[in-house]
Amino acid sequence: MEALLAIAVGVLSACGVFLILRARTFPILLGLTLLSYAVNLFLFASGRLQVGAPPLIRPGGTYTDPLPQALVLTAIVIGFGMTAYLAMLALRALSESGGDHVDAPEEPR
Amino acid sequence: MNTHALILPILIPFVAALLQMAGQRPAFQRTVGLLAAVLLVLVTAWLTRLADDGVLRVYALGDWPAPFGIVLVVDRLAAGMTLLTAILAFAALLYASAGFDERGQHFHPLFQLQVVGLCGAFLTGDLFNLFVFFEVMLLASYTLLAHGGGLARTRAGISYVVLNLVGSALFLIALGLLYGTLGTLNLADLAHRLTLPGHDPALARLACALLVAVFVLKAGLLPLSFWLPHTYTAAGAPVAALFAIMTKVGIVALLRLQCVALAPALPDLLDRWLTTLALATVVFAGLGILAASRLRALGAWLVLLSAGTLLLTPAQASPRVDAAALFYLVQSTVATAAFFLLAGVIAEQRGAAGDHFRAGPPPAAWLKVAFLIAAITVAGLPPFSGFLGKLMLLSTLREAPAGTAIWVVLLTAGFIVMIALARDGCLLIWRNGTFAEATRPIAGGGRKAAATLLLVAGGPLLAVVARPLADYSARAAHQLHAPGGYVDAVLGRRPANLGDEVAR
Repeated sequence: MEALLAIAVGVLSACGVFLILRARTFPILLGLTLLSYAVNLFLFASGRLQVGAPPLIRPGGTYTDPLPQALVLTAIVIGFGMTAYLAMLALRALSESGGDHVDAPEEPR
Repeated sequence: MNTHALILPILIPFVAALLQMAGQRPAFQRTVGLLAAVLLVLVTAWLTRLADDGVLRVYALGDWPAPFGIVLVVDRLAAGMTLLTAILAFAALLYASAGFDERGQHFHPLFQLQVVGLCGAFLTGDLFNLFVFFEVMLLASYTLLAHGGGLARTRAGISYVVLNLVGSALFLIALGLLYGTLGTLNLADLAHRLTLPGHDPALARLACALLVAVFVLKAGLLPLSFWLPHTYTAAGAPVAALFAIMTKVGIVALLRLQCVALAPALPDLLDRWLTTLALATVVFAGLGILAASRLRALGAWLVLLSAGTLLLTPAQASPRVDAAALFYLVQSTVATAAFFLLAGVIAEQRGAAGDHFRAGPPPAAWLKVAFLIAAITVAGLPPFSGFLGKLMLLSTLREAPAGTAIWVVLLTAGFIVMIALARDGCLLIWRNGTFAEATRPIAGGGRKAAATLLLVAGGPLLAVVARPLADYSARAAHQLHAPGGYVDAVLGRRPANLGDEVAR
């Protein structure tokens, strides 16, 4: 279980970093999304993995740490908003400069 | 009243933003914004006076006790930084309300939300809450940066947003590691648990190092500072003036983390590398200042110079150095913000020539004088506050391990700034004989002039009140460095009957 999750986090962040280094807005957007998936999984695992346990303390039962779940929810919401804004910004850059490269010439001369 | 007053620096701009979103009329938004800014200055000034008695005030949100709930911590440093934010926000808003705010939608609520993020980041005592306030600040800054439109702003915006999103991912990884190894995200509790045995020291060290990396990214330390100059150059004048304090958020967070958590448990984490990289940042900024082709770009490089200079201090872990650093921080923030507003007004007067360093119509006489004062302040020449800040910093840094190198680099950088400002000032102000084009009037000139002069006057004024301000900085630095003071104040607030409640 732990090994599987660790591999998933590793593969997701590797793909994310690779895509972010592509210097075109759409791959960067995808890369950031993958990276945020990896981060969310990692954050989720920081409360230790428990199978089939609710985030509630009950007499005699096992429970899982609820705090990382709350943190992940916050991180997902913030990450979603940021990605949406970046998508809009990338579209605006595309319509203004006619290209999707992040280092295109400053002004069309 | 006093117990709940600690959250006012966050609530005032937040309520103002809500009101401005409800009432869309520009005049209404301006009035609410300016009223909120004035109120914020008054409240934070009162808080600063209140905090000066040396008591560390802790506000538990929802009255959840410290390690379980989120706390706001008001000490001299936090209160003073909110006051600086409020003054800067007032000046920037005054300037923006002369017409800049109408160049796009939703300027006013976003501006107030940025102030919420700034004040919250200075006040919070919880690392996840710090992340949230960073994001509030950044989200507002992304849109403020793009305010006014234009390709340059969009393009600067893309790299700025991407870089900060990666920074946020790193921040979350650091928080996950900290929670996984130490089981807490409250800064005081974290500092307490770092000193106890029973956790993996290598993982905790890695997590703290990641946290430091995120803070220096916001502050603009050299390998992570290439985003800063063109972002600040692209931003509109009032936005850039408010951004002048954003790098300081990273520096203050780093300073607090260093004093509260790193100094007792991991004292060698910042050794060796931070001072070297900060010196490299100063050199980089010096080269940028020489190469800048317009006044706004010069201001951006000056922000980087001040950030690099300030980043020399956390690794020294000395209250005397930090006392000087806090004075330097206040005066350099005001001086660089003044530069951005000046650049905006001068560009408007010179029409097509803008704020580029080339011949054009001469700016008005008061602008020439204001430029001279701002240049003297920012170059660190006597008699204004820039000189005092630099003098204090240099005299305390002499005893540092790399003292000689720091002296050589800082003095050379100061010399470079002086040369660049002299050259650029001549080009802006005197090279105009061949120009027939008349100087243009400034739209909404009264407010813009008042805002600019308010910040430019900061140079002479801070020199006049240098003694009280330096004393306050010294007291703030000593409070910051008091061993265990922060931890005791935050965790000691736990009510005595807590044990019973848990047992029930």
